[in-house]
Amino acid sequence: MKRNLVVWLVAIAGLAALPFLGMPVYLLHIAVQILLWGAVYTAWALMGRFGMMSLGHGGFLGIGAYVPALLWNYYGITPWIGIPLGVALAVLVAVAIGFPCFHLRVVGHYFALVTLALSEVTERGIVAARDITGGSLGLTPNTVSGTSLFALQFPDKRHFFVIALVVWLVGLWVWHMIDGSMTRLSMTASVEQDAAAAVGINVPREKLKILLVSAALTSLGGSMLGQYLMYVNPGTLSGVMVTLQMLFAAVVGGMYTALGPTMGSALTIILMESLRILFGTRFIGAANTIYGILLIVFTIFMPVGIWGFVVRCWERRAAAQRARATGATSAQGAGASAR
Amino acid sequence: MPRRCLVLELAKVSAGYGAFRALFDIDMSVRAGEAVGVIGPNGAGKTTLMRVISGLIRPRSGSITFDGQSIGGKRAHQVVATGIAHVPENRRLFPRLSVEENLKIGAFVPAARAQLAFRLASMYELFPPLKERRNQLAGTLSGGEQQMCAIARALMSGPKLLLMDEPSAGLAPVVVDQVFDLVQRIRTEGFTVLIVEQNVQGVLDVVDRAYLLEVGTIKLTGAAAELREHQFVRQAYLGM
Amino acid sequence: MDIFLVEAMVNGLLLGGVFALLALGLNLIFGVIDVVWIAYTELMMAGMYAMFWLYAKYHWPFLAAAAAAIAVVAVLGLLTHFLIIGPILDAPPINQLLATGGLLFFLQSFATLLFSTEFRNIGVRLPTLEVAGMFISVARLLAFGVSLIGVGCLYAFLKRTYWGVAIRAIAQDRQIIGLMGIDQRRVYGMTSAIGGALAGLAGCLLVLQYDVHPFIGLSFGPILFMICVLGGLGNMLGGLAAAFIVSEIIAVGGFYVSIDLSYVLAFVVFIGLMFWRPRGVFTR
Repeated sequence: MKRNLVVWLVAIAGLAALPFLGMPVYLLHIAVQILLWGAVYTAWALMGRFGMMSLGHGGFLGIGAYVPALLWNYYGITPWIGIPLGVALAVLVAVAIGFPCFHLRVVGHYFALVTLALSEVTERGIVAARDITGGSLGLTPNTVSGTSLFALQFPDKRHFFVIALVVWLVGLWVWHMIDGSMTRLSMTASVEQDAAAAVGINVPREKLKILLVSAALTSLGGSMLGQYLMYVNPGTLSGVMVTLQMLFAAVVGGMYTALGPTMGSALTIILMESLRILFGTRFIGAANTIYGILLIVFTIFMPVGIWGFVVRCWERRAAAQRARATGATSAQGAGASAR
Repeated sequence: MPRRCLVLELAKVSAGYGAFRALFDIDMSVRAGEAVGVIGPNGAGKTTLMRVISGLIRPRSGSITFDGQSIGGKRAHQVVATGIAHVPENRRLFPRLSVEENLKIGAFVPAARAQLAFRLASMYELFPPLKERRNQLAGTLSGGEQQMCAIARALMSGPKLLLMDEPSAGLAPVVVDQVFDLVQRIRTEGFTVLIVEQNVQGVLDVVDRAYLLEVGTIKLTGAAAELREHQFVRQAYLGM
Repeated sequence: MDIFLVEAMVNGLLLGGVFALLALGLNLIFGVIDVVWIAYTELMMAGMYAMFWLYAKYHWPFLAAAAAAIAVVAVLGLLTHFLIIGPILDAPPINQLLATGGLLFFLQSFATLLFSTEFRNIGVRLPTLEVAGMFISVARLLAFGVSLIGVGCLYAFLKRTYWGVAIRAIAQDRQIIGLMGIDQRRVYGMTSAIGGALAGLAGCLLVLQYDVHPFIGLSFGPILFMICVLGGLGNMLGGLAAAFIVSEIIAVGGFYVSIDLSYVLAFVVFIGLMFWRPRGVFTR
């Protein structure tokens, strides 16, 4: 355990130092986005892995993006306060939706469609309040010249890389925490909600816990994206399309493992950038077309995603090695519990 | 009616669900005009047997021949077209369709559809209570009436072989007697019947021959009268 | 009562007709096959583009173009079922939602590739009637009328024809449908084609009123889902009722406040109603 921790710390330090060793600005830009979106997708996958398909995360993202930006622009309130307030609002909304949903057994299709309403309301609400939010044209946080800790604005992308890294690691840490906690066991059991309740698991409460954590992390990611891009827009940081983007990344990357969503993030962004470089503005929509096809194909043929598939292969090989070592006659894959 | 003619034959049939095997090397046959029973305890594989014959599940190995054709790998709707009708366990009527609609659905195969009016009339003659309730939703019928409707629905396709899966299950004793009377009446109409039942006493009274199925294999077979007197059967199943 | 309010209410009613048609299609698919096509309004969009292409670009006569457009979307429905839903029929609902979500992405983006994001108008100018001081668009009236006819036809089909009964039966018990000599795949295929055709019909009616663009599905989709959930997923009558009620809320709301805000209101009301009756306000 000690050795693991040391390995982790070294890896993190290494990653953090990376940009300062001379990474081209463009790559840094890509890296920051991969990390921040990775955190957002990880947050979605926290729910997706347990079968809770939320189509409302576009709402949490939008809340996280707009609250600090609006407070900064109108009241000069530092994002250090604005971001937690955004998280708080996202969590509040999550409770308002989640508490009744889970206690009233709104699941599956119904849950997805109710949460879809949340994404819609957020996007339309932002557009409707165009006098305050700038509507579909978006909003630019007031720029402060130079680096400002107070305004959380860092023109130097290397600084933001470190921040993005921290946010991403927070996401992974949250995943790890939930993985190891009772919540995960009870969520796995909650496929059969009645059976789980019969053994005393308070399924609605466990589900709500996950929803709240997921909403908070999503909001945080949204805030950071807003701060980094220095531009918030209801179409790109809220609504149904961005929610579907989360689905795509989580499914193709793999939503049953910690690093899967990040892989999905890398895939999405690299794919988008490659297409942009290759085709410029000529084939707008090509990226999403490919996303669509991949999402379908992966859902049917590889629901555990690329990373999940890789992890499973490793586990099978490891189990086979163990079996050979102990001379056992049959080796059942250790990764059998991947649901 | 041609007697002695082999209608259904199972040879070394095995079947199961996923990793679980329910039937092992079953040999069985039914002749035209016969009524054959399959008895055995819960979990013996009786329902699996019905399903593998009617095509709801595929056999793992072995062959199933009906009327000269091999039906082993066929899907359920294709099997119906060859002339087998299956009355499923627990009736499985379509609850929000009327009695008449349930009967009509039973006659979906083109050959039966062409004679829809005639067949409906015959069924109503055979089962008068159904005629009274023709527009009632099937889900609101009593247990015995539902069984009647399920049997009639199966007969609507004009089958050469009728499979019945535990027709007496879940019914009150008085109704159980009525159901076995029904089976007897169907027999006299000339239908060939294969019945799977847990009610050993009742079924041995209406069939010619029977098989005893336990844990997926045939333990005994013989004429109904013989089995009724068989020591093992009497002890284990007739409580004597 | 303010004549403009009445006008708004009438327009709400007329719009409700088209939503009723869409709700019927979605509920049919869900009630029979137990899947929600998240991309349903994108199928409608495909129908609208087909109309634009055939009628505005290639100058086919209107009815011929409409018939072809409906057929195209019916085929899309078939493809959706056999290529996408079929392989994951028994998978958990989340997989089906994910897959049809992918279809949504695909259809929208493919439309963008083919037609760009410009708003396309079909170029049909139908007159506006003046009735008792209210201005009613003939296009809307036509859409309402045809929708009701469509609803009636579907009802007759489901009640009176053999395949209609088969579709209703398979919705109630799909495991033993084979025992009736009915091929499950054929029934599902037929249902999917009908669902697609209904979306195509709705598209033909809406393209008379709205410009088509790749994201128009998003303007109708979430509201449609809201309607179906309110009416009870799979409940066709409930969906019908909900379609008109929600359309009225939006129309009347739009009269008092801005249109955008009225949508927000409608959604908030929806979320509230969901918690009062999670299975749908009109479910038995």
